[in-house]
Amino acid sequence: MSKYYLNYLDELESEAIFVLREVWAQFQNPVILFSGGKDSIVVTHLAKKAFYPSKIPFSLMHVDTGHNFPETIQFRDDLIKELGANLIVGSVQESIDEGRVAEEKGKNATRNALQITTLLDAIESNKVDCAIGGGRRDEEKARAKERFFSHRDDFGQWDPKNQRPELWNIFNGKYFEGEHFRAFPISNWTEMDVWNYIKRENLAIPSLYFAHEREVVWRQNSWIPNSEFLVLEDHEEVVTKKIRFRTLGDITITGGIESDADTLEKIADEVSTMRQTERGNRSDDKRSESAMEDRKRQGYF
Amino acid sequence: MLDNNQLLRFTTAGSVDDGKSTLIGRLLYDSKSIFEDQIESIEKTSKQKGHEGVDLALFTDGLRDEREQGITIDVAYRYFTTPKRKFIIADTPGHIQYTRNMVTGASTANAALILVDARHGVIEQTRRHAFIASLLQIPHIIVCVNKMDLVDFSEEAYNKVLGQFEEFSSKLLVKDVRFIPMSALLGDNVVNRSENMSWYQGAPLLHTLETMHISSDVNKVDARFPVQTVLRPQREGFIDYRGYAGRISSGVFRKGDEVTVMPSGFTSKIKTIDAFDKELDEAFAPMSVSITLEDDIDISRGDMLVRSNNKPDASQDIEVMLCWLNNAPSKPRAKYSIFHTSNQQKAMIKELVYKIDINTLQRKEDEAELKMNEIAKVKIRTTKPLMTDSYRENRTTGSIILVDDATNETVAAGMIV
Repeated sequence: MSKYYLNYLDELESEAIFVLREVWAQFQNPVILFSGGKDSIVVTHLAKKAFYPSKIPFSLMHVDTGHNFPETIQFRDDLIKELGANLIVGSVQESIDEGRVAEEKGKNATRNALQITTLLDAIESNKVDCAIGGGRRDEEKARAKERFFSHRDDFGQWDPKNQRPELWNIFNGKYFEGEHFRAFPISNWTEMDVWNYIKRENLAIPSLYFAHEREVVWRQNSWIPNSEFLVLEDHEEVVTKKIRFRTLGDITITGGIESDADTLEKIADEVSTMRQTERGNRSDDKRSESAMEDRKRQGYF
Repeated sequence: MLDNNQLLRFTTAGSVDDGKSTLIGRLLYDSKSIFEDQIESIEKTSKQKGHEGVDLALFTDGLRDEREQGITIDVAYRYFTTPKRKFIIADTPGHIQYTRNMVTGASTANAALILVDARHGVIEQTRRHAFIASLLQIPHIIVCVNKMDLVDFSEEAYNKVLGQFEEFSSKLLVKDVRFIPMSALLGDNVVNRSENMSWYQGAPLLHTLETMHISSDVNKVDARFPVQTVLRPQREGFIDYRGYAGRISSGVFRKGDEVTVMPSGFTSKIKTIDAFDKELDEAFAPMSVSITLEDDIDISRGDMLVRSNNKPDASQDIEVMLCWLNNAPSKPRAKYSIFHTSNQQKAMIKELVYKIDINTLQRKEDEAELKMNEIAKVKIRTTKPLMTDSYRENRTTGSIILVDDATNETVAAGMIV
């Protein structure tokens, strides 16, 4: 009977599909949080597989900081068209214009934390009871404690010390009015697994992940892309480098790495020899030891 | 990483004192699974705390409260990969007040690492961990006899621990127990073979984890397919498609197999087994697939497809080893929601047969309620029959959780006897 076993990627895929089907069965109005990054692309692909030949039954929700890579938005719109899915956009700019949140001030100001309000508002106004995310436990120490089905109270908050125990593959998605859940189908995947899967399934991803020439500025140990939103310091200089991005987020805080990897094979090879964590290039996580935990408690992705 | 590499999930229970965090740190560090920025961050913290060198235990630090108190509160999942396998560690706290977290971590594990301090031998905590591993039917147990450097790498000290462990583990149901003498602090027999213990002929821990046979950990005999949801695309090319989507719990299903739908009892034949756009001739646990049948039968979530000549029990009365997970104790004859595979119903705890003292394994009868972290054998009655196998034979169809409708919290986890 020795042939009856799955390799690790097939087992991770099967687990994720199981979780997505549980979400569909246990919730009334689940959505996929879609950032245009590789993790949410993988989750969307898994959802396509989980319900085939039916169409993907989830809307895609994008929290738009207004500081986007144009490539990401183009990619998002193309994918939506291909899937025939519904797109919900929560706009941080609108939250600012409506006075729901205020822009951070100072030289390291970002819109990262502002997304929390926009996200929670979008969840509430669209009556979403489960937001599916591409979060992985290997990303960060607060995420290492996440459940597959993660409860949020009626303020959208996560209480890491009072999480529901999650045993075997039995998921408890019961909630009271006003509360919601986050679901993380690829909890058990690592960055390497994601790349190996993208390569195996030959998934389309935004061109930003491949090495390309770009105008950048050296800041906080990574190459920050030049954009209309970037305010240069006196000592900073815009240079052109061949870089690629390991994660995609707000264009003002997502740093690239110097690289020649311009195919999926080369990226997978590069990631396997990488000596820095991927979030090491995200200045949002560098603010403090518990930066991610604090944002997650408030309702972050 | 090769395409046929498998995934192995293991659990570690213990406290900082046993060297658990050091062991995990050592595994990650010596297998080169730790990134430079993580090492830098830990070097910084080690210095701030006044430690000499890098404190490997800091790799497993988690939430702010845990860092402040220097303990693990919740289950933390960690990942590493070698050229042979991908590993998931469920890192759980070892104190008795965290039994529920140990049970959680153990529920999906192929293997359990039990740490024993070579100086102290088998203690109450060791027995507790071994009992939980056997209760949760973890297929493989590796007893890590740690801190061998503090007993001069003595074979005699190691053999003493072996003897103590075997004496009480004979009462437990564990299939595969192995022992490894090691020093997590110095790295002896964790990833690299020890040069200080030439008397030990076995493999170091990592090699053991990389090579142990785990394909048989999943039941491949009893074909069980709980239906999660029904796929009815109703679009061109698939107008009549009616697929039952789910993950195979155990066993193998083949095209053409005669299957029975539980609980209705209708039978049909498997027409197709679909995995996305591929049609398969057969599928086995734990694959997620969509199954179509030759006949139109009313099937919905909570039903189970099984091979007609091998059916699970269908009963409203089940006996369960129940671990209580919630601050609020169980109430006599209280009603709960019960979750079993994709099935949800109401249930009542009819009788508390006996409690088990998880340190001494003694039974205590005439107890009225179950408190957090306690384990007991109970009788449960459900509103409709559940399709169950014993947990010993089937970890998926043999497990349940109870949910309190007043709080929606998961209050108990049970293994069907």
